[in-house]
Amino acid sequence: MPGNPEGAPAGQARPVLSLRHAAKSFGAVHAVVDGSADLYAGEAHALIGENGAGKSTVVKMLAGVYQPDEGELLIGGTPVTLHSPAAARDAGIAVIYQEPTLFPDLTVAENIFMGRQPLRAGRRIDAKLMRGQAGALFGRLGVRLDPGRICRGLSIADQQIVEIAKALSVDARVIVMDEPTAALSATEVARLFEVVRALRVGGAAVLFISHRLEEVFEICQRVTVMRDGRHVLTSELASLTADDLVRAMVGRQVAQRAGATRHEPGEEVLRVERLTREGVFTDISLRVRAGEIVALAGLVGSGRSEVARAIFGIDRYDAGAVTLAGRPLRKASPAAAMAAGVGYVPEDRRQQGLVMEMSVQQNMALASLGRLRKAGLIRAAAERAFAADWAQRLRLKYGRLTDPVSRLSGGNQQKVVLGKWLGRQPSLLIVDEPTRGIDIATKAEVHELLAHLAADGVAILMISSELPEVLQNGDRIMVMREGRLTAEYRHDDASEEKIMAAATGQTEAQAS
Amino acid sequence: MSAPDRGRPGPALGGVAGSEPAERGVVGSEPTVRTVMRGAMRWETGLAVGVLAILIFGASTSAQFLTSGNIFNMEVTSGEIAIMALPMTLIIISGEIDLSVASTLGMSSALLGFLWAKHWPMLAIFAVLVLLGLAAGLFNGLLVTRLGLPSLAVTIGTLALYRGIALIILGSNTISSFPAAYTSIGVTAVPHTNIPWSVAIFVVLAVIFGVVLHATATGRSIYAMGAGTEAALFAGIRVKRVKTMLFMTSGLVCALAGVLWTFRLATAVQNNGVGAELNVVAIVLLGGVSIFGGKGSIGGVVLAVIALAGLQGALLLTNFNQEAIGIVIGGLLLVSVFVPNAAPVVARARALLRAGSPTSEVSHD
Amino acid sequence: MSITVTARPEPPGPQARVSSRRLTERVFRIRESGIIVVLAMFVGVTAAIQPRFVGSQEIGFILANTTVFALLALGETMVVISRNVDLSIGSVLGLSAYLSASMFGAHHGIPIPVVFLAGLGIGLACGVANGLMVSLGKVPSLVVTLATLYIIRGIDILIVGGNEVVAQTLPNAFIQIPKANVLGVPYLAIAVAVVVGAGAYYLRSFRSGRELYAIGSNPEAARLAGIPVGRRVFTAFAVSGAIAGVAGVLWAAQYQTIDSTAGTGYELQVIAAVVVGGVAIFGGSGSAVGAAIGALLLNTINSALYVLGISPFWDQAIAGFLLLVAIALDRLISVRLAAALRRRSSGVGT
Repeated sequence: MPGNPEGAPAGQARPVLSLRHAAKSFGAVHAVVDGSADLYAGEAHALIGENGAGKSTVVKMLAGVYQPDEGELLIGGTPVTLHSPAAARDAGIAVIYQEPTLFPDLTVAENIFMGRQPLRAGRRIDAKLMRGQAGALFGRLGVRLDPGRICRGLSIADQQIVEIAKALSVDARVIVMDEPTAALSATEVARLFEVVRALRVGGAAVLFISHRLEEVFEICQRVTVMRDGRHVLTSELASLTADDLVRAMVGRQVAQRAGATRHEPGEEVLRVERLTREGVFTDISLRVRAGEIVALAGLVGSGRSEVARAIFGIDRYDAGAVTLAGRPLRKASPAAAMAAGVGYVPEDRRQQGLVMEMSVQQNMALASLGRLRKAGLIRAAAERAFAADWAQRLRLKYGRLTDPVSRLSGGNQQKVVLGKWLGRQPSLLIVDEPTRGIDIATKAEVHELLAHLAADGVAILMISSELPEVLQNGDRIMVMREGRLTAEYRHDDASEEKIMAAATGQTEAQAS
Repeated sequence: MSAPDRGRPGPALGGVAGSEPAERGVVGSEPTVRTVMRGAMRWETGLAVGVLAILIFGASTSAQFLTSGNIFNMEVTSGEIAIMALPMTLIIISGEIDLSVASTLGMSSALLGFLWAKHWPMLAIFAVLVLLGLAAGLFNGLLVTRLGLPSLAVTIGTLALYRGIALIILGSNTISSFPAAYTSIGVTAVPHTNIPWSVAIFVVLAVIFGVVLHATATGRSIYAMGAGTEAALFAGIRVKRVKTMLFMTSGLVCALAGVLWTFRLATAVQNNGVGAELNVVAIVLLGGVSIFGGKGSIGGVVLAVIALAGLQGALLLTNFNQEAIGIVIGGLLLVSVFVPNAAPVVARARALLRAGSPTSEVSHD
Repeated sequence: MSITVTARPEPPGPQARVSSRRLTERVFRIRESGIIVVLAMFVGVTAAIQPRFVGSQEIGFILANTTVFALLALGETMVVISRNVDLSIGSVLGLSAYLSASMFGAHHGIPIPVVFLAGLGIGLACGVANGLMVSLGKVPSLVVTLATLYIIRGIDILIVGGNEVVAQTLPNAFIQIPKANVLGVPYLAIAVAVVVGAGAYYLRSFRSGRELYAIGSNPEAARLAGIPVGRRVFTAFAVSGAIAGVAGVLWAAQYQTIDSTAGTGYELQVIAAVVVGGVAIFGGSGSAVGAAIGALLLNTINSALYVLGISPFWDQAIAGFLLLVAIALDRLISVRLAAALRRRSSGVGT
């Protein structure tokens, strides 16, 4: 996609912020080995790289949460050490995280000015002036938000706007946005881009971390690519293509679609008929047969996880039916789903998939306690053997089975979650974003595992927002958009463009 | 947005857990001296050592020290409080709390007296009290699980409500006409043994609760709920059902405790047990159970009961004002929360003193 | 590498945004005024049946009884707003009541203000201890103040021994403090009302007060925002202790016989009053005025029952029931409110 070369940093001698050869390690993990970036006033600068490339560590260093082990950070040409988030703020750096940190019980204006509320006589807060100033900030950003309402109930997009207003209120010169568009609708993304333009016009530098290349090309002028903790390239976007970026990020040619051997699927395992939940998803019908991998693609927020949760029984649904191996599945009962042979690997590994304080062994066994007991009591030896067996089968890297699972890497944690469910030998396995936040090697292992399972006759429903993953693994690919199914493709007919079109609502004519 | 509305007294009340996870996990290492030391320094181990020390001190000072009858007649660790601490342990580990225990005890005592005064047969009264306890617990459980209300606030409400019901039932009357066969339960031994009934009941219950918590799937699920409610749900654990059962169990045990208390004092009066709920919570916390949920053991609580009872007995021998035992309890409570936290506090203090040295976890103020 | 995009529900128009605020304001005004309404209804119904209930003697009596609790509610509100709890106030009150009142017997002719200062000092010392432990130790305040509840009560018992302070040792001027009134309304009640109002105003209109709300609303965000969390929490506990100390002196003036059981059980009653008055148990919202009215309401029930000839044995049960209703209602309101606000601020889906 062609770029938009507006406001290139012409005529600027010195970057507003400069990171030079920074390194940061956590014990044996070298998160950043050689990180460098230069930010000039008035530009939007993209920082891209695969998961694990070191982007978020760089962000945390800029935010003052970490300090670099080596290298230096220069602000306005002067080397500084940021010992705390407060120091970073004082230095004029503001970070907008994916998860905004606001005070839900306080008003928008108070959130913006907390600790710096305008005062009137006798050091009392001037609430009216505060609201006015907040309104003015929103005006500068070109958005409309009521400064007098409390923050509880604000959409993520609005919360981000409040965070940006906060940054503006302290005259931040550098605004770092960490994956800001992950949870936004297209309209909200457009609004955010207008805000970024307004920020640039005001002279701030915006560091834009994203996975979305089309957005990067639309809103940024220059880009820095990181790979494996190192700086790979910095360049004007105008002179690059998406392929160039991908190659820089991955360091190799984009992998061709794996030609996995497809086999004949067996009996129908899961049948979902006209499943509906008010305001969340409507009329979802799909089938998964034994040995089949059905990939459910779509944009973040299209309702796929909600459908999965409804099938598994965590959430309710208002209409429709779920049938498992011919028998109706009781709704709103995870226990019933599990008894019927359904396993569910959830989206959020740390909060939903694992009990972080429990050991590897205990997490593995958590869904299988019924089978590991005799006369009501859990047999410790059986539990240990069970966990050890699965750890070996999944090639888990761990210290001891009794270590808390929080010590494992993301990829290995995901393996524990998988092991937990595979230990039940489910006939239907639902996996939600199975390789999110996992290193490449483990990613491949997980895909291989899923393929093996399918070959063994397990029915798999895979939800994923990563198109290559969807295309590589899905025997059939279904696409959801805004709570509805919009398309279905067989493996051989599918392409990234078609899926994206169905996911974003472009017409069929344009897509195929 | 932000913190979920949980019914637990944990992080909501003054503590903030949460640490930075490593970017990519560090692969575990072989067991070292350090891990062994850490195991040895677990709270329960400390308790066991403490208990031993107290028993040795007491036994060496007085020959009568080890008579078990003494232990359960102490004010603070009366057998009833010890018994109520057992289901409370499970409730706190599951992430909730039940402050209505003493009021359920009082309600049970009041009803016992009321019905006895009306010449009901004791067996029938017991049956009614069982239902009463279950109902009281069910009410708590439903408010917490179905309405999603915080258990701290709910059980403060039922603390008042149940005590009020006790008041309504019995008014200002006191019933003391219980037959000696019942009221000597504190000292009568189980036939063919030397063990008083009240002790035997505690031991049996401790074993039951211990087995349930530590060796059954339900017990494992209780830990899971306390340590990670969402993950427990996603693992198919019936969180609501288990929590409701825990509250009902607590209600039942408290009703039993009400009966025992009444018989021990030989009196049914509406203010039986007033204030005991805090004693129960204190004992559970002293047993090493974390107020945040997800951690703790029955063994620790049993040790705490023995330790406290022994301590009281030992202090008796030294002419210490018994009623000021609270100072000891309070002090031990503080120790129980500060010692596990010692390392980070010392680190923080050092960092504050050495202001300016870069550490990645220096937080602001 | 992954290419991910997002869904696109419709964002709301500007109309919806303004009405969101009106909705929240309306709801909060309802909550705060709701308790006043309940109080008014209670008084109204009781007065209708028994007109002497609103006679100056009754009102004076109710107000006098409430002063101590309203004061305690102010301190507890500050602590609870910051997502903490102070269980030690009953013990602090008891210790302060005894120590300060016994000063009269020990030092004849000691000026009354000195005694008040002593009570304040005792309470402040306890509060400082609590505050240090909670803020420095990063330890749950429930446990810390439970421990100090025990310790302070234990110290009180040790000091009191088997004694008690009796009315005869107290100077008349001291005993008159809660009794002096204008048209049946005790001066003390007015004074406490002013103090509570001032406290509520501080919480509402001063930076450090708002920071307490922020800490309770989202502790992590408060830290990130550079709010001196430790300092604020410490101050809240110190103030709560100091208030409990002063309340102890007032208690002594009111009840005049003080032994080692003074103040036992007050902490849970105060927390109940605070919750009934609209302060969220997990912090972030609520007002000291509401809490004081909660204390007033719970005390009114007691008197109303007496006046109506209903057995006072119903008092506790009704109080407990009210508390449960208050919590359930608050939950219901906040759930509905959050859903309504979400609907107004974004489109369909998450």
